[in-house]
Amino acid sequence: MTILVIAEHDNKVVAPATLNTVAAAAKIGGDVHVLVAGQGAGAVAEAAAKIAGVAKVLLADNAAYAHQLPENVAPLVAELGKGYSHILAAATSNGKNILPRVAAALDVDQISEIISVESADTFKRPIYAGNAIATVQSNAAVKVITVRATGFDPVAAEGGCAAVEAVGAAHDAGISSFVGEELAKSDRPELTAAKIVVSGGRGMQNGDNFKHLYALADKLGAAVGASRAAVDAGFVPNDMQVGQTGKIVAPQLYIAVGISGAIQHLAGMKDSKVIVAINKDEEAPIFQVADYGLVADLFEAIPELEKLV
Amino acid sequence: MKVLVAVKRVVDYNVKVRVKADNSGVDLANVKMSMNPFCEIAVEEAVRLKEKGVATEIVVVSVGPSTAQEQLRTALALGADRAILVESAEDLTSLAVAKLLKAVVDKEQPQLVILGKQAIDSDNNQTGQMLAALSGYGQGTFASKVEISGDSVAVTREIDGGAQTVSLKLPAIVTTDLRLNEPRYASLPNIMKAKKKPLETLTPDALGVSTASTNTTLKVEAPAARSAGIKVKSVAELVEKLKNEAKVI
Repeated sequence: MTILVIAEHDNKVVAPATLNTVAAAAKIGGDVHVLVAGQGAGAVAEAAAKIAGVAKVLLADNAAYAHQLPENVAPLVAELGKGYSHILAAATSNGKNILPRVAAALDVDQISEIISVESADTFKRPIYAGNAIATVQSNAAVKVITVRATGFDPVAAEGGCAAVEAVGAAHDAGISSFVGEELAKSDRPELTAAKIVVSGGRGMQNGDNFKHLYALADKLGAAVGASRAAVDAGFVPNDMQVGQTGKIVAPQLYIAVGISGAIQHLAGMKDSKVIVAINKDEEAPIFQVADYGLVADLFEAIPELEKLV
Repeated sequence: MKVLVAVKRVVDYNVKVRVKADNSGVDLANVKMSMNPFCEIAVEEAVRLKEKGVATEIVVVSVGPSTAQEQLRTALALGADRAILVESAEDLTSLAVAKLLKAVVDKEQPQLVILGKQAIDSDNNQTGQMLAALSGYGQGTFASKVEISGDSVAVTREIDGGAQTVSLKLPAIVTTDLRLNEPRYASLPNIMKAKKKPLETLTPDALGVSTASTNTTLKVEAPAARSAGIKVKSVAELVEKLKNEAKVI
């Protein structure tokens, strides 16, 4: 068995999610090869070669792969992937974009966002926004899988010494082109990747009051999220929404402030390691999942918390 | 131009689902079903394209049981012109659905196909990408903005850490993210009018598509319950616990 892992990168550095994906590959067992598809991504391939447990790095360096457009990268992965038992990618926006296209090209079903490896062909994944866990078996010749990063502890980024091999194949479908990108300039970490998330709900009363959460988040190096109620009330934009129809997070620490804990919200955060709830209603359902609950007025508790951490 | 929108009948997002005692799946008997929220956004986008004069006809398609007609009627009430139901009682995988949609795309020849980014039951996030691969079209996934000009479409996509804009040659596939739009509600007169709009029913056999799968679901379990937490009395105690007991800050 040989497993192909698609590296997550920006042509400069290897994204941390790649380390979690290699960890999942290690659990399946067999040689692990990493594909770096990009443009001017030599440094990424060098870094990938140092990841513990990686046997070989394939570097497909071509202008067609500069922005990892799925129309160009998927045919490459499908072509290379035919010789592998598994193709794995992190369930990031990139991985989710490319891998189903690879699976369809190989005429196999994909298994999305696995959280554990039961055996080489059997995996667990959450369905119904985490309200049920399905055990899925694949009899596909090539098993195409995306990996939920929070389900696997990352392997070490150093310690390996794999060989880097150039791949000549260039696929340019010519049906899509990159126009531009606008990356958020916030110093706060990205919501789905943050180690600490501070979220506000309807209890925040208005958008301006979120400044209290931003202050706390900046002190903790945390990302700021929101419940659907806060988004629907127009307090904050909906890209901050944590929940079934928003973003699914599993940080080390999740602080829910003024959030009652509707199931739609719990679905997006209940895999967090430690959950803290601050709410003045002691009957709020959020206290049923919170490791630490504080019944208090958030407008007093949050500034005090900010001072103490 | 013709726009094809795919919609899925799923358990309503407000329902707390329960796993069946025999671990064969989730209990969906007598549970409220609705159109998948991301599909509502897809329908809304198509209707807005029609209102702008870009789209001339909106065809809405669903793959599922006969009861999915309800969701197709909802889409018709929201502004779709006609509906196609590919009837299948089985639980199909994303690849099977993508193959069936490909057959419908071949038949209808739309310039743009809009799907939701994922269904809230299987949480797969695969069908749009697979349909794009099978039809050889470009894909604009997780769209927060869609602009058509001439024979191409500019799609702004939600990516980790920001937004990315790609340009795709038409015909193309777009999957919707939450930010794309705010879906409207169907008005009563439109619900009445929707009952008279055409709804065609097809089967996988008639489309000549095999729905065999390489995946088997062995069991479905309830997630591990969280152990009960404690209530702290003050912010100071909370900080102390987080630092020394949970060691997360």
